[in-house]
Amino acid sequence: MTSEIILLGHGSGGKLSHQLLDELIVPTLSGYTPQNQNDAAIVAQPKGRLAMTTDSYVVDPIFFPGGNIGDLAINGTVNDLAMVGARPLALSVGLILEEGLPLSDLRTILISMKAAAEEAGVVIVTGDTKVVPRGKADKIFINTSGIGVIEHTFAINGSGAKIGDQILINGPVGDHGMAVLARREGLELDSDIHSDSAPLNGLVAELLTAVGADLHVLRDPTRGGVATTLKEIALQSGVDITLNETSVPVSKAVTGACAILGLDPLFVANEGKLLAFVAPAAADAALAVMRNHPYGRSAAIIGEVTLASVGRVKVRTAIGGLRSIEMLSGEQLPRIC
Amino acid sequence: MNYTTEFRDPELAALQLEAIRRTVANHSGVMTLMEVCGTHTMAIYQHGIRALLPKNIRLISGPGCPVCVTPIDYVDHAVALARRPNTIITTFGDMLRVPGSSSSLMREQARGATIKIVYSPLDAVAIAAKNRAQDVVFLGVGFETTTPTVAGAILTAARQGLKNFLVLGSHKTMPAPMAALIGDPELQVDGYLCPAHVSAIIGSDAYLPLVNQYQVAAVITGFEPLDVLQGVLMLARQIVSGKMQVENQYRRVVHPEGNPKARDILDQVFEPCAARWRGIGDIPDSGLRIRPKYAAFNAAIQLPVEVEAAVERPGCQCGEILKGKISPKDCPLFRTVCTPEEPVGACMVSSEGTCAAEYKYGTD
Repeated sequence: MTSEIILLGHGSGGKLSHQLLDELIVPTLSGYTPQNQNDAAIVAQPKGRLAMTTDSYVVDPIFFPGGNIGDLAINGTVNDLAMVGARPLALSVGLILEEGLPLSDLRTILISMKAAAEEAGVVIVTGDTKVVPRGKADKIFINTSGIGVIEHTFAINGSGAKIGDQILINGPVGDHGMAVLARREGLELDSDIHSDSAPLNGLVAELLTAVGADLHVLRDPTRGGVATTLKEIALQSGVDITLNETSVPVSKAVTGACAILGLDPLFVANEGKLLAFVAPAAADAALAVMRNHPYGRSAAIIGEVTLASVGRVKVRTAIGGLRSIEMLSGEQLPRIC
Repeated sequence: MNYTTEFRDPELAALQLEAIRRTVANHSGVMTLMEVCGTHTMAIYQHGIRALLPKNIRLISGPGCPVCVTPIDYVDHAVALARRPNTIITTFGDMLRVPGSSSSLMREQARGATIKIVYSPLDAVAIAAKNRAQDVVFLGVGFETTTPTVAGAILTAARQGLKNFLVLGSHKTMPAPMAALIGDPELQVDGYLCPAHVSAIIGSDAYLPLVNQYQVAAVITGFEPLDVLQGVLMLARQIVSGKMQVENQYRRVVHPEGNPKARDILDQVFEPCAARWRGIGDIPDSGLRIRPKYAAFNAAIQLPVEVEAAVERPGCQCGEILKGKISPKDCPLFRTVCTPEEPVGACMVSSEGTCAAEYKYGTD
């Protein structure tokens, strides 16, 4: 590679494009050689139902404490597959690069994508790269799509919440949103806040093994945070949910940063968290599984499903008050993923 | 001390609530307390405080949300400036979605205007220093809490010799609107939870004339749940005993004399003026404008633009809500036509707005 930055020619389909693909992108992401590249990837047909998802990533800044746009794009799609109880199999990667992007930045991002894919046990089987003129995109946008296989017969979906279900989360909330915001706005906080970006498919597999059909709902509280996600599930399942504010784990640093900025951690995005609705008899077992897993050390039971209803979410506040929560509206924090 | 957990202690909260209940148990009639500040409104909703109080204490929200009390013609003025070529508008985020007569800053941004959200007026000065070929306008909206930082920004720009940093000001002061509301027979305010951080600047003594003239209870109160409960308790005790005075619950931050240094910086750049409050109208001596000495930084003087005639949105009850006369649920537009996604009035936009708080946290 002779140029140190992305040129328009890198997206032309010609010689520069081939050079970028053959020397950097394909070897870093997949290890395919030019000889075994075709117009589409061929994947062996697995046993079970297939799950498919897609997501586009436009986070600003592209590098933030605890990760970058690359691992975020892998983990996000892996997690979307895991949230329906699927085992992620294969991903596609679409890159939209802005002319002038330093090649070193692209390399760093690709290397972390590969590392994230390896950790999640998923392969990147196909992709696409486009370059747009300077100013027509912001450095790099990434789309990832994924397919996974559902190897069990349990029904895990947002409409499956049942009365009495205990609601578990695998750790402290708000880290990703506040890490991105702090970096983007140059906020000088006393303590560092790192994104929680992580693949959750391993944790989900262990939960499925341990509690099986007692696991009713899984969802990752990304944009809009825990509050918005619980409201979605309450509406989808037609149930009321009560959340205990004091049970929700929040780090000191996030609590402080949110207090300064007037944000509510319950509405701040996460990228390595899941909410699990579990039948009461299996709640302790699910909590134990989470706490034994590297991505669930400070897991907690934060609330429960109280009755069949129109989908209200109420929060029991620290001082014993009660408030209801609605979905996040507007853009409290734009471009966080 | 950890300010975010110790001031939310459930056992202490229960003790405060019990003391409040005992204090008002034999009080005949309803006690009406107005929380002046938008941050109080948000805290009261966020912690579910209203439902915990005895039935004969009524908390109403007041005119202390700076974005909400900004008149519509100011938004129109900002929109007109945003449409100027070679202009960068810098603002706190809340102003972006406030609807003007026919547009909003967010719409202008979508049409190509350059609008940057900043967390400090000094960030706007830095943007001006980096973009000297463009006029950088900071939207100066707020109370005495933020105005000293705007004054500081103007002084900094003057020191740096920046000719392209300007402020479009709509600065408001306390406690003039509290006096304006006290005479309203529909409201019958018995006591004020006085603003916390505004008082850190103006000092607790600033409320003495108000209390002496109108015999109203006044307690400067912090923003954490235990602060609010203690403020309510102190107000209730004043009202029950009939001994109205200025008390300071927020002593860890507010002093009788306030912050003379901040006021000195403010006085260098700003002078008192009458101001227009949305919903309340013109109140003498309730605003601050840039002194003639610093006219070079006054966008209203330096950047003449044609501003459309102000048209309030039909049906919008923000004015009544800002005076505490109705609650959001009494507004026919609330939740139906007016939502945070499509706000009709400023009270639904601002993170300190009563309607936004009710929408986000209100219990059915």
